[in-house]
Amino acid sequence: MPKAFLIDTTRCTACRGCQIACKEWHDLPANATKQRGSHQNPPDLNPYNLKVVRFHEHLDDQGRVMWNFFPDQCRHCVKPICVTMANKAVPGSMIKDPKTGAVLVTEKCREMDEAGVKTVIKSCPYNIPRWDAEKKMLVKCDMCIDRVQAGLPPMCVKTCPTGTMAFGERDEMLALAKKRLAEAQKRFPKARVLDVPEVSVFFVLAEEPEHYHEYASFG
Amino acid sequence: MTNHWIDIKNSDAILIMGSNAAEHHPIAFKWIMKAKERGAALMHVDPKFSRTSARCDFHVPLRSGTDIAFLGGMIRYIFETGSWFREYVLNYTNAAFVLSKGFGFSDGLFTGYDPDARRYDKRSWSFERDPSGAPMRDETLQNPRCVLNVIRRHFERYTLDRVSDTTGVSKRDLVRVYETFCATGRPDKAGTILYALGWTQHTVGVQNIRSAAILQLLLGNIGVSGGGINALRGEPNVQGSTDHALLYDSIPGYHKAPLASWQTLAEYHKANTPVSLVEGSVNWWQNRPKYVTSLLKAWYGDSATPENDFCYGLLPKLADGEDYSYMYIMDRVFNGQMRGGFIMGVNPMNSFPNTHKMRAALDNLDWLVVTEIHNSETSDNWRRPGADPSKIKTEVFLLPSAHRIEKEGTISNSGRWLQWFDKAVEPEGEALSFGNFWVPFINLMRKMYEEEGGACPEQLLKMRWYEKFDASDIARRINGQFEADCEVNGKKYRKGQQVPMFTALKADGSTSSLNWLYAGSWTEEDGNKSKRRDPSQTPMQANIGIFPNWSWCWPQNRRILYNRASVDLNGRPWDPSRAVIEWKDGKWVGDTPDGAQPPMAESGVKPFIMTTDGTGLLFATAPADGPLPEHYEPAETPIKEHPFSSQLSSPCYKYHKSAYDKMAEPADPAFPYVLTTYSLTEHWCGGGETRAVPNLLEAEPQLYVELSHELAREKGIENGDGVIVESPRGAVEAIAMVTIRIRPFEVMGRTVHLIGMPFAYGWTTPGCGDSTNRLTIGACDPNTTIPELKACSVNIRKAARLTEIA
Repeated sequence: MPKAFLIDTTRCTACRGCQIACKEWHDLPANATKQRGSHQNPPDLNPYNLKVVRFHEHLDDQGRVMWNFFPDQCRHCVKPICVTMANKAVPGSMIKDPKTGAVLVTEKCREMDEAGVKTVIKSCPYNIPRWDAEKKMLVKCDMCIDRVQAGLPPMCVKTCPTGTMAFGERDEMLALAKKRLAEAQKRFPKARVLDVPEVSVFFVLAEEPEHYHEYASFG
Repeated sequence: MTNHWIDIKNSDAILIMGSNAAEHHPIAFKWIMKAKERGAALMHVDPKFSRTSARCDFHVPLRSGTDIAFLGGMIRYIFETGSWFREYVLNYTNAAFVLSKGFGFSDGLFTGYDPDARRYDKRSWSFERDPSGAPMRDETLQNPRCVLNVIRRHFERYTLDRVSDTTGVSKRDLVRVYETFCATGRPDKAGTILYALGWTQHTVGVQNIRSAAILQLLLGNIGVSGGGINALRGEPNVQGSTDHALLYDSIPGYHKAPLASWQTLAEYHKANTPVSLVEGSVNWWQNRPKYVTSLLKAWYGDSATPENDFCYGLLPKLADGEDYSYMYIMDRVFNGQMRGGFIMGVNPMNSFPNTHKMRAALDNLDWLVVTEIHNSETSDNWRRPGADPSKIKTEVFLLPSAHRIEKEGTISNSGRWLQWFDKAVEPEGEALSFGNFWVPFINLMRKMYEEEGGACPEQLLKMRWYEKFDASDIARRINGQFEADCEVNGKKYRKGQQVPMFTALKADGSTSSLNWLYAGSWTEEDGNKSKRRDPSQTPMQANIGIFPNWSWCWPQNRRILYNRASVDLNGRPWDPSRAVIEWKDGKWVGDTPDGAQPPMAESGVKPFIMTTDGTGLLFATAPADGPLPEHYEPAETPIKEHPFSSQLSSPCYKYHKSAYDKMAEPADPAFPYVLTTYSLTEHWCGGGETRAVPNLLEAEPQLYVELSHELAREKGIENGDGVIVESPRGAVEAIAMVTIRIRPFEVMGRTVHLIGMPFAYGWTTPGCGDSTNRLTIGACDPNTTIPELKACSVNIRKAARLTEIA
């Protein structure tokens, strides 16, 4: 049975424990960043940040402040376009692990040329993969496959203190997403779950995806 | 906390005010989220919309420094709507006590004010007394001078119009909070108030919290599950260090530090042991001599005898009326009255207000010892930007200090739980924990005194001291030990054994304890209870999330303080669905009750056992600045007058006069904006430690200032621009964060802008900016001397170029 994440943004406090824990588990160094007038830092996903919490603020139709947090990561699509495109460039360079549903980059990716890399990156509807020029690899969230294979939850989920993130069997996560959606809709009539059933990461949002992130939803 | 973290989940209404709980207590915030899941209303009243506000049902922006006006309006609303819990208020508070004829209040001042001394003579703040000396009560609550009516009249001025005009909160928002929170003034509802430094760091800090106490007593929310006044403490072990008397004014266990006018132990006891003439008042502090004597015995051991006052005479005595808080110490350093000193566990050259004065002051020292995990703005003050090291005489010793994870011991959390932590790794290099530094250091001094003599040798030489530091040994001594063979409740204990609880402590020298509150934490019977991790509980305890066998909490493992106020006079819970304790078959079940005596109807015992007269204090004489809260503007304010009185600012707040202690005029056109300051999730306090953690610096790299779109437009500032913020005390560079999360306030008919800055950045981290506290003010609360870090007057402009931020 494949695995899935639940990310209920109506519970997120943007503590960024997930963002930091992801870096630490993958032993990724810090980027030199600057304050640019936003708490969102680093500003985007990059070879050293496979997970970034995005901040978006706007006034709702009643003039109330809405400050939305979006812990962005690979959706581990059920039918990943990136895997198709990568395999056209270099067979076996990306796989979808049948057991967990994790979308993974393999060592063969090093053989990919620039055009192939560009095609793979461009193919992702969520704008997730990044090119690590140093390692000559495509990089992205790997579902903490090492942890998951050892029976542990991904590091971001393990770190989340507010119940925003959950991880488990796809069926269970779908049921949980349904439950959380019903809860959220009591307070947010526009609440929704994004892009089910195409993805393995079920984002619960309080309102339209454009109030979170340009690439929040494929739909 | 009166309650504890888990208990927040039981609340129906959560008022977060003076706290940014989600950002500063990100893990514990889950209990707030659990309450929300149950359907609780979450309200955040705060100058800016933060990550906490994002998870609340609504956020109400409030001009910094106007909390009392806001809360005073709520007290008025309670009376107006009759939302107060009559049976609770009448029986469990001093509402019915009749005030003496001499007490009064007029135009912002209570009776007894001395304008020259900026102090009150509190003698008129007293109750009428009957011939026995007990306070007079009017159970009909008709007497115009009974406390309830005095409070009602006092807050009559706090109308929606006036409160809205002062705070900048719309009347609609005021009513929304008042209505939601005051709905808990019923037996079957509970509301909690969560606060932190946002309330304490004001010239009226104590009175902010007093306002909360009055509210919660009127609504019957103290002692009940899901209620209380809950100060959210931090990882710096604020709870534990306060219990163990980190501050100068007390000695461990909340006893006053000895004063020069209390030369003998008898004089000390006479001044500090309350006598109650009220029937049914437990007046627990009448036991103080037992705890103080046991403390002296723990400090001086066999040297402490009844004949020598248990060495009380060896304790240093504070000059009466003198202030020895850090703000005053630094003023003495500034004035050249001190030659050297130790700075441990704090980075004042970044975190203290009016930092330019602090930095200049430190240059006056001949020598300075700093213990830190690495260099800080304090250890390296002599080479700060703009300073000429060749002209600074201070010899600085930087001693490497062990990190929190490199030592073992206990931390007391906000809910008073004592929790043991183990050492994860050995300290690096020559780094030492505080204990491993301090114990040998004192031993060295003792040796020098023995060999060379010197001033006051007895203080050190008579002390019961340790050969080497052992956290377990200290924890055992904190609990307390028998100093002679004793018998307690029929059980025999030998000299040297652990005391079972604080009721075993004696004033005759037969017991010792470094802190009576912690007696019971490490016993002969159960060992070190801070290590307990047993989740077992009764169904009644499970219902409200009490885990009596998980760690241990003071006092007596009582998880909710004043829990006798959670039941009616017959011991039945006000709300059976979240009972804390209950009188059943002749005994209490549930939490550890505030005393084993039968319910009040049977025994007459009143629930507030720590107050002299056994009642919750709607009217309190302890604060220096008034028995009731009153709105005063911050020391620096954007307005010239407010509608409550002609007394603009607190008549008692403390301040210093020096060339560095400059203050803006009220409504000063040169400094028209309000600055509030705060910390942030990604950095710890002043950031000294976390700026050295690359992944955290990556997330929050540089100093910023949050401001509204309206102010930004007015000043020609774009998001991301470099700006300069100026106060009368200094100028600070920051990056502008222009946001809808800060909005202009309409105050007294005009627009007042507020801006906000974190204080986590300092010059030792290159290019991140320097101390925000170069702007903040050294005006202090008259009770605590906590400075007004949350409000001061500033200006802001676009920077032509930046030098501190790169």
